[in-house]
Amino acid sequence: MRELRLMKGNEAIAEAAIRAGADAYFGYPITPQSEVLEYLMAEQPMERTGMVVLQAESEIAAINMVYGAAATGKRVLTSSSSPGISLKQEGISYIAGAELPCLIVNVVRGGPGLGTIQPSQADYFQSTKGGGHGDYRLLVLAPASVQEMSDFVKLGFELAFKYRNPVLILSDGVIGQMMEKVELFEQQPRVTTFDPAWTVTGKPKERERNIATSLDLDPYRQEKHNYKLQAKYKAMEENEVRFEEFDCKDAEYLIVAYGSSARISQKAVQLARAKGIKAGLFRPITLFPFPKQEISALASQVKGILSVEMSAGQMIEDIQLAAAGKVNVQHFGRYGGVIPAPDEVLEALELLISGGSK
Amino acid sequence: MTEEIIIAGFGGQGVLSMGKILAYSGIMQDMEVSWMPSYGPEMRGGTANVTVIISDERVSSPILNQFDSAIILNQQSMDKFESKVKPGGVLLYDGNGITRHPERKDIKIFRVDAAEEAARLSTTKTFNMIVLGGFLKIKDVVKMENVIKGIKKSLPERHHHLIKVNEEAIKRGMEIVYPVKN
Repeated sequence: MRELRLMKGNEAIAEAAIRAGADAYFGYPITPQSEVLEYLMAEQPMERTGMVVLQAESEIAAINMVYGAAATGKRVLTSSSSPGISLKQEGISYIAGAELPCLIVNVVRGGPGLGTIQPSQADYFQSTKGGGHGDYRLLVLAPASVQEMSDFVKLGFELAFKYRNPVLILSDGVIGQMMEKVELFEQQPRVTTFDPAWTVTGKPKERERNIATSLDLDPYRQEKHNYKLQAKYKAMEENEVRFEEFDCKDAEYLIVAYGSSARISQKAVQLARAKGIKAGLFRPITLFPFPKQEISALASQVKGILSVEMSAGQMIEDIQLAAAGKVNVQHFGRYGGVIPAPDEVLEALELLISGGSK
Repeated sequence: MTEEIIIAGFGGQGVLSMGKILAYSGIMQDMEVSWMPSYGPEMRGGTANVTVIISDERVSSPILNQFDSAIILNQQSMDKFESKVKPGGVLLYDGNGITRHPERKDIKIFRVDAAEEAARLSTTKTFNMIVLGGFLKIKDVVKMENVIKGIKKSLPERHHHLIKVNEEAIKRGMEIVYPVKN
């Protein structure tokens, strides 16, 4: 039986967390993602599945609660928006270093600093290039619909445990605040068995204790650990690239956009096609791993690429690396919480076609 | 069929909940929908607006600046959105508090004096449903039976005794809406 609901993206995250069998959520409210915590508090998941929901005293406390719970093998998540995610970066780096699975949700707002509460995509660099200190990567999923907000919670937990790595859902104020039809997945049981190879669950007689740490003062052992991490990120690049294409087959001009910008750009592609412009949209779903090969192939096919992002131009660097100079790549974006309309994107595309730039 | 609608007025007029009911009605009719509110400090006593899209295809952009229909409930929204109606599109407004009436010649203009009617019926809270009725009379994007299902889904169960009042308000809106010559 299909269960359809009209939900906000933030509510879908919360409901999906309960259904995915999460053991705990630790968070601290911030606009535009406060509905995640609000929904969880109202829903009382302790009654439904035994899931713990706790409003921590700060974002830093919340991410360290995630660190501790993740070390025991529990399925845990936290969510915040840009300034709050910046506060969490130390903890995220530690969790990545200690190779622990968890889910982090960023419903991005305009920055820098406290910025605005309106939607933005200016956290791309922070999300895909590390964010905290050290050589680490998060596996980054970029939902473009409320449906994907729900689906990616389940997928995110699976990937986090597959790679023992934090997974980030990079959303924004548009996807968080809008309501759409969602088909909810069925309640998954909470996992009650924990991998003895790494989970910190007490010391049994037959083996040494497991230690969750990101500290190793011996540089050679630390280097070895880094090799292992890099091999893991490489495996993600080989196995986890996800993307979606619209009208790319015969496209002469390509828009690359993720999240809400992809939705806006899809409309721009429709408007362009109506005008006889052979435009297509490529939507990266994973931002790390980035769909390099697919973009490289399309760069050989098209006459120009427009990167659309609510930022001053961050993803464009990855597109340019993938396109490797084969074709002109330009950026179009609005900043600081301003959302572009589809006809603005079309205008930018027409500018690219005419050989101009902003 | 894709209907792109902006509903705009003051915070507190029921703009967002009208949009929600419209969106839920769309789901009940097995259609794709999106509901994108303006959010933030501007909603406190200021203007509130929501973009609702109802379509038989997957909805692309939830953000638009051209609309098939505009439902306008205060002067600020009239100033902001009259120019954003597509040529041939529909503008529906409540005359209450409007000092500059719509002037465009290339769109269809309708008026529903819902605030006045709600006050007359002493059911001010059904104001937005009278407006919705007016809209559905002009654009039957969703069937009445699905609107009732949509209301049922939108309202928490403790408010289900109000469904009848809302249904009547919708019907009243359908009766009192009228085209404005332009």
